[in-house]
Amino acid sequence: MDGPPEKRLELTPKDHAAGAARADRNHCWPPMTQPVIDLSPKVSDEIRKTTCYMCACRCGIDVHMKDGKVAYIEGNRDHPVNQGVLCAKGSAGIMQHNAPSRLRAPMKRTGPRGSGQYEEISWDEALDLAVSWLKPIRDTAPEKLAFFTGRDQSQSFTGLWAQGFGTPNYAAHGGFCSVNMAAAGIYTMGGAFWEFGQPDWDRTKLFLLFGVAEDHDSNPIKMGIGKLKARGARMVGVNPVRTGYNAVADDWFGVTPGNDGLLILALVHCLMTAGKIDTDYLARFTNASVLVNQDPKSPEYGLFLRDDDLQPLVIDRNTGKPAPWNGQGVEPLLTGKLRQRGTTHVSVFHLMADRYTDPVHAPENVADRVGIPAARIRRLAADIADVAFNQEIVLDREWTDFRGKVHATMVGRPVSFHAMRGISAHSNGFQTCRALHMLQILIGSVETPGGMRFKPPYPKPATAHPKPHCKVVPGQALNGPHLGYPQGPDDLCLAPDGGPARIDKAFTWENPLSAHGLMHMVISNAHAGDPYKIDTLFMFMANMSWNSSMNTRGVMKMLTDTDENGDYVIPRIIYADAYRSEMVAYADLILPDTTYLERHDCISLLDRPICEADAAADAIRWPVVEPDRDVRGFQSVLCDLGGRLGLPGFVNADGSTKYANYADYIQQHLRRPGIGPLAGWRVGEHGLQHGRGDPNDSQIDAYIANGGFWIKHVPEGAAYYKPFNRAYQDWAVETGLYDAPAPYIFQLYVEPLRRFQLAAEGHGDRQPPDHLRGQIKVTMDPLPIWYPPFEDGHVDPAEYNLHALTQRPAAMYHSWGGQNAWLRQIHGHNPLYVPTAVWEKHKFKDGDWARVTSAHGSITVPVAHQASLNPNTVWTWNAIGKRKGAWALDKNAPEATKGFLLNHLIHELLPPKGDGLRWSNSDPVTGQAAWFDLRVKIERSGAPAESQPVLLALDMPNPDTPKTLRWKVGKP
Amino acid sequence: MHPAPSVIAFTTFSGLGFGLLFWLGLGLPAPTGLVALGFYVIAYVGAVGGLLASTFHLGRPERAAKALTQWRTSWLSREGIAAIVTLLLGGVLALAALFGSYLAPLGWLVSLGCLVTVGTTAMIYAQLRTVPRWRHWTTPALFFTLSLGGGALLANQGAAALALLTLGAVVQFIAWVTGDTRFDRSGTTTGSATGLGDLGEVRAFLPPHSGPNYLLREFVYVVGRKHAFYLRLIGMVLAFGVPLPILAVELTHLTAGVAVLSHVLGVLCLRWLFFAQAEHVVGLYYGKR
Amino acid sequence: MTQLPPPSDVKLGLVIDLDTCVGCHACVVACKGWNTENYGAALSDSDPYGADPSGTFLNRVHSYEVQPETGPAQQVHFPKSCLHCEDAPCVTVCPTGASYKRAEDGIVLVNEDACIGCSLCAWACPYGARELDAAAGVMKKCTLCVDRIYNENLPEVDRTPACVRTCPSGARHFGDLGDPESAVSQLVAERGGFDLMPEQGTKPVNKYLPPRPRDADEIDILAPLLAPVATDGKGLVAWIDRALSALPGGAR
Repeated sequence: MDGPPEKRLELTPKDHAAGAARADRNHCWPPMTQPVIDLSPKVSDEIRKTTCYMCACRCGIDVHMKDGKVAYIEGNRDHPVNQGVLCAKGSAGIMQHNAPSRLRAPMKRTGPRGSGQYEEISWDEALDLAVSWLKPIRDTAPEKLAFFTGRDQSQSFTGLWAQGFGTPNYAAHGGFCSVNMAAAGIYTMGGAFWEFGQPDWDRTKLFLLFGVAEDHDSNPIKMGIGKLKARGARMVGVNPVRTGYNAVADDWFGVTPGNDGLLILALVHCLMTAGKIDTDYLARFTNASVLVNQDPKSPEYGLFLRDDDLQPLVIDRNTGKPAPWNGQGVEPLLTGKLRQRGTTHVSVFHLMADRYTDPVHAPENVADRVGIPAARIRRLAADIADVAFNQEIVLDREWTDFRGKVHATMVGRPVSFHAMRGISAHSNGFQTCRALHMLQILIGSVETPGGMRFKPPYPKPATAHPKPHCKVVPGQALNGPHLGYPQGPDDLCLAPDGGPARIDKAFTWENPLSAHGLMHMVISNAHAGDPYKIDTLFMFMANMSWNSSMNTRGVMKMLTDTDENGDYVIPRIIYADAYRSEMVAYADLILPDTTYLERHDCISLLDRPICEADAAADAIRWPVVEPDRDVRGFQSVLCDLGGRLGLPGFVNADGSTKYANYADYIQQHLRRPGIGPLAGWRVGEHGLQHGRGDPNDSQIDAYIANGGFWIKHVPEGAAYYKPFNRAYQDWAVETGLYDAPAPYIFQLYVEPLRRFQLAAEGHGDRQPPDHLRGQIKVTMDPLPIWYPPFEDGHVDPAEYNLHALTQRPAAMYHSWGGQNAWLRQIHGHNPLYVPTAVWEKHKFKDGDWARVTSAHGSITVPVAHQASLNPNTVWTWNAIGKRKGAWALDKNAPEATKGFLLNHLIHELLPPKGDGLRWSNSDPVTGQAAWFDLRVKIERSGAPAESQPVLLALDMPNPDTPKTLRWKVGKP
Repeated sequence: MHPAPSVIAFTTFSGLGFGLLFWLGLGLPAPTGLVALGFYVIAYVGAVGGLLASTFHLGRPERAAKALTQWRTSWLSREGIAAIVTLLLGGVLALAALFGSYLAPLGWLVSLGCLVTVGTTAMIYAQLRTVPRWRHWTTPALFFTLSLGGGALLANQGAAALALLTLGAVVQFIAWVTGDTRFDRSGTTTGSATGLGDLGEVRAFLPPHSGPNYLLREFVYVVGRKHAFYLRLIGMVLAFGVPLPILAVELTHLTAGVAVLSHVLGVLCLRWLFFAQAEHVVGLYYGKR
Repeated sequence: MTQLPPPSDVKLGLVIDLDTCVGCHACVVACKGWNTENYGAALSDSDPYGADPSGTFLNRVHSYEVQPETGPAQQVHFPKSCLHCEDAPCVTVCPTGASYKRAEDGIVLVNEDACIGCSLCAWACPYGARELDAAAGVMKKCTLCVDRIYNENLPEVDRTPACVRTCPSGARHFGDLGDPESAVSQLVAERGGFDLMPEQGTKPVNKYLPPRPRDADEIDILAPLLAPVATDGKGLVAWIDRALSALPGGAR
C-alpha cells in the first residue's frame, strides 16, 4: 500500500549533486543554483513505543523524542492493530499532550456546582477528603457509592476496585455505546465485532457494512477496506448517510433509520426461500439442529430438550435417535423432530423456516418502510447468495471438530459483515444485531475463510462469561463481578423486595440483559432516589454534563439540584479526568489524570485486548514523558485509595497498601493462578514464558523492549472454526484464555431469552411486574425479530417526520478532539445536514438556520444540504458542540457559537403515552440508550447570533492560551 | 481575490506616479526649478510610495531586494528592476530639471522606463491563467491608459488626458463586459478541478477545514451583484465621468484639482473592483468563486 | 532559480486513489506533524484555542457530492496537496528564486531563506497548494517529504512521505511517475489516472485515480439464484430433507 521503494530511492548524494548541476545547464545569468538541502536530517533522539489513546482503537505508536520532549508521533509498523498507519487523531496526539486544557492539580470546589470555581489542593488533602467520604459509606452502606467509568480501558481493574469496595453500582460506558452489539453477539455466537471479531480482510469477496462504524476499530477497518479495494473485492454500505466508508462503498443502501432489522430479515427471507443457506454448517455448528419443546402448556415450552447431563439434544443422523449436541461422532440432523412423552419437539430450524419464509418478510412488503426498493433488496440478497455459494473458498487445511470429525478442508463463504453503533443504538437494536448475526450464520460465514473471524480471547459464549453479582455486605467485598450475562430470571440483580438492586436498574425486568450496565441512567435515578438515594457519585472520563448524556440540560439541573435543606440531591461528586471537560465543573473533588503519554496502562486479555484474528496480543502504555504538573494516573490513585480504604485485593495481609501504583498492579496482580493483566514475559519454571506464569518484576520493561506489546500467533490449523476446532481450543488453553477446552455451537435460538418470556407468561417464581409482561413477551423473542423503534409509538411520526442521527467524524473522538489545536480546525462546528427534498421544501440556502424540535426539546442550528442522504433523515457530527468556557477554549469558540449537540433533543425517558407510565428510551433487552430512535421536525429560522440553546458560560479557571502556535521541539 | 489595500494603493499610486514621470520624460511639460520640484515630488511620492506600499503585503519585507534577481522569468522581478532603473534615471532627469535643463534623450529613456514599468506591473496580473478575468489584453491596456491618462491629468496635458481617459473608459467597459464571462469560458470548472465531471454534476460538500484558511482569505472574495454594479458606476463616474467634461471644457487650477481628486478616487474604486471581482480558480475547490 | 530545469527523468509524485479514500484526514495531520517539526519553519496556527483558529496545512481533504444522471448521489473524498507540476507556474513567477523545481527528481520546493512572502506563487497555482504561513511570513508547501524520502536516518521502508506512510486505507501511493514501469505508473495506466485542471497546462506529476462505478442498477443477472425452492417453512424443511437424502449416506 505504501509506494514501494522503487529505483527513485537509488538516487545518491552524487545524483543530487548532478541534479543541481543539471539545473545550471542553461548557462544563464544569474546562475541557476539549486540550494543544497540536508536530505538526511536527524529525525529524533529516540523513539519510544507506546499505545495511542486518541480513541478506543489502541494502535501502536512511535513517539519521537527530541530533547526529552515529544516531537512527532507516527504509527508503529510492528503493531498488530495498525501495522504502521495512524489516523488523524493519532497523529494529532502531540496537540492533546500539550493542550492548555490539561488539569494541573487536584481541585476542591469553592463556588456552587456548575460555576466552575475551584481551588487547587494537594494530593494528600484530596485523598484524605475522598477517604473521609468513602470510608463511612463502605462501613455502612456500600451501595451509596456509584462508581462509573466512561471511556475506561481498564475495566477489569476498576471493576475489581468497585468489587472490593462492595458497591453493586459499577459499570463503564457500554450501556450508552454499543451494548446491543456486544450482547447480541455474545449471546448468539460468543463474540461480536471490533474487539471481538473482524472480517477476514485477506479473503473476503463481499463486505457489507451496516450503520455508522467510523468510530470503532477505525484504523483496522480502513486498512481492511484498503485491502478489499486493492484486491477488487466489493463493498456494500447500508447506512442512511453516505459519508466516510459509505462513500467508497460500491453500492450504497440508504436505509431509513431503525429499519435495518427489517432489511436483514428480508435478506434472510430471500435466502431461505431460495435454499441459499449452508445447511451442513447450520446442522453441525449451530443450535438450528437442537430440539425445542413445542407444547404450549408445558412450563418448558420453547426450551431445549436436554439429557440427564442437561446437554441440549439433537437428532443424530447416524442413528435417527436423540443425542447430545456435543456427543462424539454425532451427526446432527438439521430438520430433526421428536415426539417424547407426549410432547412434540422440533429442531430450531423448523421454527426459523416457519418464521422467515413468511411473506411478511418479503422485500415487497418491507420496501417502503426500509426506504429501499424491493428489487434492490433482492439484488443484494442475490449478490450475497452468489458470493457465498458460487464463489466459495476452499483451503486445504485439515482440522478436527469437537465431535472428533476430521474435515479435510476449510470451506469459506466469503461474505463478511461489520456493524457497530448504527444498528445498535435503537430500542430494537439487540434484535437487529441478532438478526445480522443470524444472517451471517445462515450462509456459513462466521469463523470460516472469507467470512468473519473472532479475535482471542473470543470466541467466548455467554455461558463462559460471569453472571452479574449484586450482594452487598457493609465493610465487605461484593460477592462477585458486577457485570455479566444472565441465563434467566434467576440471574437478575433484584433486591429482596423485587426492585432493582443497582442504581442504574441494570439486570432488572426493564432490561434483563444489560451486560454493560446503564451509565446513562445513573444520574437521573440517583436524583430521583429511584430505586434509592446515593451519597457519592464517583466518575472517571465520562462527560455526563454534556455529550455523554441524553437530556443534557436536565442532567445539569439534576447535578445542581438541592433538597429542602439546601443540600445537593446528589450529595457528593468525585470526578477524575485529564482535561477541563464540561463535567469538571460539576464535581466537588477533582482528581486530575495524566495524558496518555504520561501514564502506565495495560490493554489486557482480561479486558478489551488488541488481539487480531490470527493472534492473541496485549499491550501497555508507559510514561514516555513524565508529567510536568501535579497530576497522577487515575488507576494509580485507585491503588492508593484502595489501600487507604483497606479494600480486599488492594491491601496486604498486614493492612498495608498492596500496589504502589498501577504499574505495580499490572505486574503483580493475579486474576487466576498464573494469569495476570499481561500475558507476555511471565515467570515460568524454566525462565520467561507467555500466557501463564508467575509475576515478573521486569515485565513492563520487557514490553517496552518489544515495542509496547506482546503477540502470540494462532497456528494455521487453528485459524478458523475456532469455537469448534480442537486445535484452537487446545491453543487457547495453552495460552491461558480458557482453563479447559470449551467448544460450543452458535445460538441462533437464544434460550435465556425464552426463559424471560416464560416468566412473563406466568411460569416460575421470579415474576416480572405486570406492566412489563407484554414488553417482555414481544421483545425477548428467542429468534431474531424486528419491531418498530419505541419512539415511533410515543410520538406522532407524521408530525415528527424526520429521523435525526449523529455520527462521529473520523478525525475527532467525542468531545476530546475539540481541545486539540489541529483537529478543531478540521471540525470546529457542525451543521445539521438536510436531505434534498427537505432542503427544497423549506427553501433553505447555504448559511441558513433551522429550528429542530423533538417531543422533548428544541434547538436552533445551522443547516447544510446533502444529497447523498436518506430522504427522511437529518444528521450532524457528534460532540463537536462545546459548552462555553470548557476545554480551555475561548468563550466565542465556534464550537460554542455554531456547534451544537443533538443531546438536548433526546430524553432518557420516552414521552408519556397516556398509560400513566414513563417508558425508558432504551432497548428493552439490554437497556442500551436508544439515541438513534430520535424523531424531529424542522422549520426555517432566522439566523440567531449563536446556536440555541445558549447555556451560561462555565467560569473555569482557564490557563493562558497561546495566540499563535509554532510547535517545534527540535532546534533548527 | 482579496482586495488588499496595500496592493490597491501600490498599483494606483505607482501607476499615477510613473504616468506623470512618463510625461515629464517626454518634456510635456518640461518644468524647471521649483515648479519642476513640485512635479517630480508628486511623481516620486506616487511611484515610490506605491512601491513601498507594495512591500506591506510581503511576509518578509526585509528581503525585498532579493526580488530583483529573477528577471528572466518573473514579471514581478522585472517590474522591480524596471521601476528602480526608471526612478534612478528619472532622478537624474529631475536633478537636471531642478537646475534648469531638460535632457531630452535621458527623458525619452525615462519615459520608456515608465512604460516598461507599468507594462510589467500589468503583466504580473495578466500572466495568471488562474485568474481568467485578468488574463486578457484589457489588463495591460487598462493599466497603460489609466497610468498614462492619470499622468497626463497630473501633467496638465489636457488633450492627451482627454484622449487617454476616454480610451480608458472604453477599455474598462470592454474589460468588464468580456471579463464577466471569461471564467465560465475558461474551461476550468469544478468538474475539471476535481476530474469528477464525467461522473455527474460535482458539488463541494464538506470543506477540508470548518474554519477559514489562507486560500479562502487570499483568493475567495465575494462581491454582491448589486453592490458591484453600484461600485462600477461610482468608479466610472469618478475616474472618467467627472474629469472628462472638465478636460473637455477647460482646466483651471481648481477644476484640475477636482478632476485629479475625482480621478484618483475613481481609480482606487476601479482597482478595488479589479481585485475583488477577480475570481481565482482555486475557489472551485471550495464551491466558491 | 525560477527558470524550470530541463525535465528530469525521475518525476517523484503521489497517486491518490479516489476510489479508496475514506476522507479520514489522517494524511492531513501526519503531514502537519512532520512538517511542523521538520523542513523549514513550523506550520503555525493562529488563535489555536480561540474564536477563529486558522493554521497552515500543506495537505487538505475536501469532500464532493457527485450527482450522476441516474442513481443516488455519490460522495468523493478528495485529498489535495502540491502536484509538483512539470510546468509549474508557481516557480516561474517567483521574483526571488526561492521557489524552485529540483532538477534531479522534479520536487517543487521553497527555499524559505530567500522567500519574501509576496504570495505571487500562490496566486499562480491553480490548486491552492501553497499557503503563506502567518507567523513565519514565508510560503509553505508540500515538500513530498524530501527530508524523509532520502533520509538515511530512517529505515528504508519509512523513506516515504508522511502522508503515504500513515494512510490507513492505502489510498496514497508514492513513486516515480517518470518511469513507466514503476508501480505508480502502472497503477495510473490500469486505473485511468488523470490530471487535475489539465486545461491549465501545468502538467501535474501527481495523478488521481477515479472512483470505480458505483451503485449497480437493479437489472440483475443473478436473479435466478433466488428462485424459490419453497414458499413456506414446511416446504423448506421438506426441500432440505430431500436434499439430504440425495446425499451419499442419506435417507437413513
